[in-house]
Amino acid sequence: MAGVMADFGNFTHAVVRAIPSSLAKEALRMNVSDVDLEKAQREHEVYVGVLKQKLGLEVIELPADESLPDCVFVEDAAVVCGDTALITRPGAESRRKETAAMQRALKELGLNIVEMSDENATLDGGDVLFTGREFFVGLSKRTNQRGAEILADAFKDYAVSTVPVTDGLHLKSFCSMGGPGLIVIGSSEPAQKALKIMQQMSDHRYDKLTVPDDIAANTIYMNLPGKGHVLLHCTPEEFPESAKVSAHTHTHTHTHTHTYR
Amino acid sequence: MTTEVGSETEVKKEPEKAEEQPAAPEPPATNQTDEAKAEEAAEQSNESPALATDSAEAPTEAKENQEEAQPADNATGQEGEDPPASPPASEKKGISRFLPPWLKRQKSQSAVGPKESQVTPKEEGGVVLVKEEGEKAEQAEAEQTSLTTAAEPQVEEEQVKGEAKPEQKEEVNSEEQEEENHSTGSAETQPAKEEKAAEESQEKSTAEEENKETEEGGEEKKDQEERLKPEGGHYFIKSPLKLTKKVKMVMCHVTMLDGSQFPCEVEKRAKGQYLFFKVCEALNLLEKDYFGLSYKDNADQMCWLDPTKEIKRQISNASWQLAFNVKFYPPDPSQLTEDITRYLLCLQLRQDIASGCLPCSFVTHSLLGSYSLQAELGDHDPDEQRLDYISDFQFAPSQTKEMEEKVVELHKTHRGMTPAQADTQFLENAKKLSMYGVDLHHAKDSEGVDIMLGVCANGLLIYKDRLRINRFAWPKILKISYKRSNFYIKIRPGETEQFESTVGFKLPNHRSAKRVWKVCVENHTFFRLMTPEAPTKAKFLTLGSKFRYSGRTQAQTRQASTLIDRPAPYFERTSSKRISRSLDGAPVINVIEAQDSGPTSVENGREPGLELSSDSSKVEEEPSEGVAATPTEGTEMKRDDPDSSQQDLEKTQEDVLKHQASTSELKRSFMEATPETRPSQWEKRLTASPATSLRLQAQGRSPPPRTQEPLPDLTVDTVSKSSDDKQKSDKTTLQAAEVEIEETVVVEEIRVAPKGSVTITTPEVVVAVETEVEKPKEEVIEEVKEEVEAQKRSVSVSSDSHSESEEEAGEYHPQVTVSASVDQIKEEPEKEEAKDHEEPDQVAEPVAEPESLPEVEVDAMPSPAVVEETPVAEPETALVAEAPSEEESTEDILVTPDEAPNGHAEDQPGLVAVEEEEEKEEEEEEEQPRVNGDVSHAETERIPQVICCSEPPVVKTEMVTISDTFAAQKTEIATKEVPIVHTETKTITYEAAQLDGSGDGEPGILMTAQTITSESLCTTTTTHITKTLKGGLSETRIEKRIVITGDSDIDHDQALAQAIKEAKEQHPDMSVTRVVVHKETELAEEGED
Repeated sequence: MAGVMADFGNFTHAVVRAIPSSLAKEALRMNVSDVDLEKAQREHEVYVGVLKQKLGLEVIELPADESLPDCVFVEDAAVVCGDTALITRPGAESRRKETAAMQRALKELGLNIVEMSDENATLDGGDVLFTGREFFVGLSKRTNQRGAEILADAFKDYAVSTVPVTDGLHLKSFCSMGGPGLIVIGSSEPAQKALKIMQQMSDHRYDKLTVPDDIAANTIYMNLPGKGHVLLHCTPEEFPESAKVSAHTHTHTHTHTHTYR
Repeated sequence: MTTEVGSETEVKKEPEKAEEQPAAPEPPATNQTDEAKAEEAAEQSNESPALATDSAEAPTEAKENQEEAQPADNATGQEGEDPPASPPASEKKGISRFLPPWLKRQKSQSAVGPKESQVTPKEEGGVVLVKEEGEKAEQAEAEQTSLTTAAEPQVEEEQVKGEAKPEQKEEVNSEEQEEENHSTGSAETQPAKEEKAAEESQEKSTAEEENKETEEGGEEKKDQEERLKPEGGHYFIKSPLKLTKKVKMVMCHVTMLDGSQFPCEVEKRAKGQYLFFKVCEALNLLEKDYFGLSYKDNADQMCWLDPTKEIKRQISNASWQLAFNVKFYPPDPSQLTEDITRYLLCLQLRQDIASGCLPCSFVTHSLLGSYSLQAELGDHDPDEQRLDYISDFQFAPSQTKEMEEKVVELHKTHRGMTPAQADTQFLENAKKLSMYGVDLHHAKDSEGVDIMLGVCANGLLIYKDRLRINRFAWPKILKISYKRSNFYIKIRPGETEQFESTVGFKLPNHRSAKRVWKVCVENHTFFRLMTPEAPTKAKFLTLGSKFRYSGRTQAQTRQASTLIDRPAPYFERTSSKRISRSLDGAPVINVIEAQDSGPTSVENGREPGLELSSDSSKVEEEPSEGVAATPTEGTEMKRDDPDSSQQDLEKTQEDVLKHQASTSELKRSFMEATPETRPSQWEKRLTASPATSLRLQAQGRSPPPRTQEPLPDLTVDTVSKSSDDKQKSDKTTLQAAEVEIEETVVVEEIRVAPKGSVTITTPEVVVAVETEVEKPKEEVIEEVKEEVEAQKRSVSVSSDSHSESEEEAGEYHPQVTVSASVDQIKEEPEKEEAKDHEEPDQVAEPVAEPESLPEVEVDAMPSPAVVEETPVAEPETALVAEAPSEEESTEDILVTPDEAPNGHAEDQPGLVAVEEEEEKEEEEEEEQPRVNGDVSHAETERIPQVICCSEPPVVKTEMVTISDTFAAQKTEIATKEVPIVHTETKTITYEAAQLDGSGDGEPGILMTAQTITSESLCTTTTTHITKTLKGGLSETRIEKRIVITGDSDIDHDQALAQAIKEAKEQHPDMSVTRVVVHKETELAEEGED
């Protein structure tokens, strides 16, 4: 934890999982709309490509499991911080088994594995926002208090604050870290409200970057040796308005990857 | 805990909101407010009576009282000033009588002060004095150190000599006597002498002479003290500094951070600071302000030794076993000046980590452990047997081989690092831990859910299990208070919120509630203020803890540290293994001259005004309401409880009482505990009166100045006013026994948006507050329903007398930032009151009761006066509460002034630390004058209601009803927090329906009010005659209210039966309309109507 902020975003590995064809029809969904499986797979490939080639990360690709339609969303299966990996207990029953492959992969990376064995606990990684200084855990449909407690136990150095998530699926459905001390937040009311709560709960001060679209607030910040500060964000084509906001803040824009400085 | 704004019920919203919200919830709050006011009024009245005895002029008296109160706190400077202004001696006596113990104490301290050093008159008062003493002590110590031991030996001798005489006397004599002795200047008190002796190479004889002189100088003080003494005030003045002939010495054992024991012999009556300085001296520690001495109380709870109080009064058990600990964890240890300070902090943190108090991850445990190794063992020695040496260290609550290996691995990487560097690295990592410096306390939220309150440098953290579920930064907190076992914080409204909210927590017991409160006060002061808050002027009758942090703030200690000019002291790092294993490692300390950084003159930068109110009193403590306070005051006066001594220190707040009551803020009771029954009662009553009726249960409310009433039996004439349509007070008609005072106040409230200046004027807001004050033993609560129609006066009113109150209100608010300097730690008047009550309870004091009686009487009396007053007062309160934009602005302004010099500071202290209660009092006082004149104008009708309060535990119920008669437009009623429901209280109400209906708010005449107090019971009988015009018919109603208050010992049933019996005998034709029984925790009261 020493030099937390200095290390923030300093990733070495990325774990991804291929998209099962069952995603289109069987995956859990917030809204009813058809999923273009092929497009999704294309995007995924681009994504992995950026991670590998552009960013030079060591990417661990887990094979898709047709019986786990949502398995592509690896974020929910584990929370890794420092040398500890908390294997979650996803809120959706159908996703519980997604953690097995993730656990194996992380264990191979030499991480200390902490399992969430409490059957009363649920936690989706999508509800966990690590700011580099502390955790915010969204209490949502997928994550409960008990799950958050276990996370707090797993990462004792950090304050773990709970944030009610009433709208949207996950806490990170409308926010993410856009840099050290920078929270990218959607402009919807629930998002702004959640941000307020987080600000109140924290001993630290965060800058905020508000983007018009909540979904556009879903970014990945990295600070990679040799690459500098990198922000993975949605393409301008998807959310033109949000992209403008980002463009003002950052220097470089990649199709999918945004690097600044 | 409760979410602040969130739920109405739990969270108190401001009155305005109340309007918006369903009427029901609000009413209580309003009531409370009113009650508070009423109480204040009562208190004032009580006070006034006392004063009155001495001098005739009420207004003057009131002023004087205020002044005096402040002075008292202030001590020396004031004393000088006071005399001139102060009324004849007789008056003083009268006052002194009522002076809370702490005040007395302070005075005594002041007396001491001069001796030690000529302390410039300090406006700040008690606290300052204390500080100075402390400083002096420090200096003295320093000198001693330098001079050496020589001085001490002598001192001891003297002590020995002295012991023979004084001790016996002392023992024989009550504490009071001791104080007298002090004042007298006899050689008794030693500690002071010692220091002095040390400081001044002069001989003790000289010192004694000096003492005498000083005493003379402080004749007034002495006189007061003496006077006080006779009256039964207990003085707990023990200045460690004083040398007494008969000093009894006690051996203290202090566990140092390295685990060693530091034996130290101290005078039995030594104050905490004496021992603390001794310890610091032994450690050669200069940056001592981060540290403190702790002890375990009977409940095995860790408590901080109050440096300003005698050790023996704090440590309950026979063995004087204490521990030297870090009290304030510096957020940035790198800013500490000396390595030795960091070293000690490291030791504390190692303890914290090993004990599990400071949770760490595996990696962090290992890393911190490796720094510990480096600091203590130096570079890793490959030759040393590997894990053997390590297993002696404790790096974690449970450490594994794996961890030890990791530690060694990391240790290797620290090669070349000096111990000081290793400590620094250790701290740099430890300070980032989320629980670093967080002092956890078990509590329950309003829903009874187990939570933890974490007090830290930044504010108050709320944890549920390991999760942080809320956080209240100091700037966000307007007031901190506690009543009984409840702990409250008043939250500054957010950007989008209009009203303040109060969040309440339930602690396991009163002591723990007070402990949390104190820790908050201390942490806030230390980390957030530039200078410690001066104990606010003590208001006369303020109840509650005066406690304030008396040490240096972090800002001050940092500044002082810059003056440290000595070679880095050598100190030996004790192996941490010894810590865990054996105590053998007594620290070797080289004594180097300790240079005290002189007390740096510190600027008061007060940031946001914080009010820390402690309710010592069991009674009403609602944060906001002053009402409760009032009653308490009476109690306070009576009290000289042991607690009081403790409280004395605490009481510095003085402001406490300020208009909490006045504040229109309605306090909401978030505490679940609130018995449902009450609400119903209140509601009924409320509903009855069209206008909101404020019910204040003030035991004694009377405008202080005016009424001077002998004690028990007071006849009060209420001014009956022509009924105003608006004034409709639902009076519970009670033929039988209750006298209800209904005050309906129509307040125009102007609210100011937090920042902005949006003024919302509510045409008429009637707030009905019912506060029930329960006093520990017996409390008679009078419910005053005041219907005051402040006709659009609000504005003017607010400007006038209210300013103070307003200011206070302002203080709470944001504007503080402007001045920034204002954090007020207030102990709320309420609290004070509460404390008083409590204390009384604890100590069954005969004296107290008598006093109480007066109060009661006062109440009765007050009603008339109150009525008049009410109008003004309420408006003010309302204004305050709402803090109209104007007001706010004023507040801001005021605040600044306050910060600066004390102009009004006293009154305004409220600004800084103004408690609503106090404000109320003030308001009342102010009001009174007007009232008298305005009486006719005042539309208010007060029907004195005697509220039965159950005693011991104080239960306050505040109900606020707001009705807008006029404009439906914008009525916002700011409610001050009214968190008040205590689970402990049960209220049973029986009311005859018929009667109530008839009673309109017409003015009634209070025929008689009588209070009879015995040790166990306090019976107040109030007779009220009301003439009502209804439809051309005039109806005369005679209401008699009997309130019986008693301690737990009382046989309620019997008392009740007796009361009913008597009532029936006396008035065969009357019927019992209502019976209200309040039971609190263990105590129960019964009141009959």
